[in-house]
Amino acid sequence: MSQIVVEKKVLNENQRIANELREKFREHNITVLNVISSPGSGKTTLLERTLEAFPRDKRVVVLTGDLQTENDAKRLAQWGFPVKQIVTGGTCHLDAKMIERHLADWPLDSFDLLLIENVGNLVCPSSYDLGEHAKVVILSVTEGEDKPLKYPSIFFKSELMVLSKVDLLPYVPFNAELAKQNARTVHPGMEIVEVSCQTGNGLAQWLEWIEKKIAQVRSGAATLA
Amino acid sequence: MHELSIASAILDTLENELAKRPGARFTKVGLRIGELSGIDPDCLDFGFSALVKDSHWDPLALEIERVPRTQRCPKCAHEWRVENYNTECPACGELGTETLSGEELNIAFVEVEE
Repeated sequence: MSQIVVEKKVLNENQRIANELREKFREHNITVLNVISSPGSGKTTLLERTLEAFPRDKRVVVLTGDLQTENDAKRLAQWGFPVKQIVTGGTCHLDAKMIERHLADWPLDSFDLLLIENVGNLVCPSSYDLGEHAKVVILSVTEGEDKPLKYPSIFFKSELMVLSKVDLLPYVPFNAELAKQNARTVHPGMEIVEVSCQTGNGLAQWLEWIEKKIAQVRSGAATLA
Repeated sequence: MHELSIASAILDTLENELAKRPGARFTKVGLRIGELSGIDPDCLDFGFSALVKDSHWDPLALEIERVPRTQRCPKCAHEWRVENYNTECPACGELGTETLSGEELNIAFVEVEE
């Protein structure tokens, strides 16, 4: 009996593809955001409001992941930007290979921004690098303030937290300050924006954050995820 | 929740390692899993066992080493084990400290009969 030292990342293959994707995104000067949350926190709605707010000539493209149905792609397509659904058929996260496959026939040179809507899940997507420049995690006020403590991995790895559905704050027992404090306990210095997709409050800060990210990536200053 | 995919990725890696050693038989695989990795060791063990059972790997044991989160302070070089996600340097109070370990999801070793 002998022991062989392997010391390989389990997700070596995913990482290899993610690194290739990141290199490709750099060549084509495209900024990539990986949007993650629990089911029902408002990923699709936030992206709808985002696309609605963009000028029609914005060079943006969307990949949206779900276990089943093309519903989200249909919702997102009404703003006229290219949208592709990734149906994972049961897999609880997107991986780098799915992104590579779905981007294969898209002219990346025609885009400045790729928004990836991950499968609704706070656990599994945190393990899979998609070659993105930043992960964005959404926490809605109808969830618990302690979610950042319960799912530290994704809050630790996300650059920005979007606190969503803040128009509901008067009606739910949710302490926004505590939620933000919990997020910053897990991830000191985490950026946070508060958004209501119903009233439009906070959308401007979210859009500003996206533009700041695009500018950072263009100048080569973005920290690699 | 995605532990079955992780277990499957482990076996893919082992397949490559095995190809380098014709005639060898793996008896155990050792993993290093950080507490920030988002992996539940019990679920992983369950998924791994299910994939191994009645396959050409059977029997193949799984040994999981949990890696605690440690931080390093860039100001005073203090290193410590993090409790309760508090990453403030206990020595000098610096807030922007670096994660040294805890994010691992690695295959550390395999045991082989040749």
